[in-house]
Amino acid sequence: MIKILNFISICILPLLISTILIWAIVKKIPSYEIFTEGAKEGFTTAIKIIPYIVAIMVAIGMLRASGAIDILGELLKVPLNYFKIPTDVLPLMVTRSLSGGATLGIFSDIVNANGADSYASKLSAVIVGSSETTFYVLAVYFGAIGVKRFRHAILTGLLADLLGIILAVIICRFMFL
Amino acid sequence: MNYIWVFLILISIITGAINGKLDAVVLAMLESSKKAVEICLGLIGVMAFWLGIMKIAKEAGIIEKFAKLLNPIMKKIFNEVEDNSPAISDIALNFSANAFGLANASTPFGIKAMEELQKENKNDKETATNSMCTLLAMNTAGFQLIPSSVLAILVAQGSKNPTEIILPAFIVTSITFICAIFISKGLERFFK
Repeated sequence: MIKILNFISICILPLLISTILIWAIVKKIPSYEIFTEGAKEGFTTAIKIIPYIVAIMVAIGMLRASGAIDILGELLKVPLNYFKIPTDVLPLMVTRSLSGGATLGIFSDIVNANGADSYASKLSAVIVGSSETTFYVLAVYFGAIGVKRFRHAILTGLLADLLGIILAVIICRFMFL
Repeated sequence: MNYIWVFLILISIITGAINGKLDAVVLAMLESSKKAVEICLGLIGVMAFWLGIMKIAKEAGIIEKFAKLLNPIMKKIFNEVEDNSPAISDIALNFSANAFGLANASTPFGIKAMEELQKENKNDKETATNSMCTLLAMNTAGFQLIPSSVLAILVAQGSKNPTEIILPAFIVTSITFICAIFISKGLERFFK
C-alpha cells in the first residue's frame, strides 16, 4: 500500500510535465522560449526571499543552540511523543498561519538541522506544502477592496490550518514511519 | 512579527546564558545566516525550472481550460452570486492559477473577483459578504498540485527522494480545501 502511494507520488510530476509539454506542441507554442522567460521569474523569486529566510533562520538557529526548543519539547513531551511529532516541528506549527517567510525559514532550518530525509523534514514539508499563510491572504484580498469587518473569515482560515496540521500528522505517520 | 522576532533572539541569548551555551548561540547566529543564503541560492534552479514549465502551461491555455471546466462547480459553491456575474470565471481562474502554483498570476484574479463581489454587495461595503468569506477560505486553504518551494528546499538540502511528499501534501491540501469551504458556509450564519 505505502509502496503504491510512493509510486503515485513519484509519477505525478513527470505526468504533469509531459501533459503540459505535449499540449504546448499541439497548440504550437514556442515552449523553449517561453520556458526561459518563465525561468527568469524563478531567479527573482529565490533572491527576493533571502532577507526573510536569513532573519528567521538566524533567530530559530539561535533558539535551538540556546536549548530553549529542548526545554519546550521537554514541557510538551507527553503529547508530542504520543503523536510522534518531532519537537523541532513545533515552531513551524505556530507560524504557519502568521507568516509565509517565517514558515519557509523555519522549514529550511528544520531540513538543515535534521537532514532532508528525516521524518521531521517530511512532516514539515507536508505541513508547509499543503496550506497558505492565512493572515497574509486576508490582508491582501480584503485590503484590496477595503473590507474591515472580516466576520468568520479568520476563524475559518485558522480552523482549516489546524485541520491541515492534524491531517499532515496522521498521513505522515502512516506513510513515513 | 517585529515583536516575535526580537523576542526569539532575546530569549535565545538569555536561555543560552543560563544554560552556559552562549558560545553555541553566537556560533549558530553566524552559521545560520550563512546557511540561509546557501539554501536560497540552491532554490534558484528548481524554482526557475518550475516557473518555466508553468509559464508554458499558461501560454498554452491549460489554466484557462481548467478554469472553464470548474465554472459550473464554482457556480454551485458561490450560489449567492448573481447570474452571469464575471466573478465566477475570475474565481475559477484564481483557483486554477493557485493549483498550478502561479501565485503571481492567481492574486490579480482573486482581487478582481473580490472587486466584482464588492460591486454586488448591497449592504455595508466594509463588511465581508458570505461569498467574499468563501473565496477567502479557498485561498487561505492554499490548494496546490505541486508544492514547488518546499520541493526546492528539500532538493537544495540533498534529499534522496524529494517527490515522496507530493502525494501526502496533495491529500492534505485537498481535504483541507474542501473542509474550508464547508466551514466557511457553516459559520456564516453565526457572524452577522
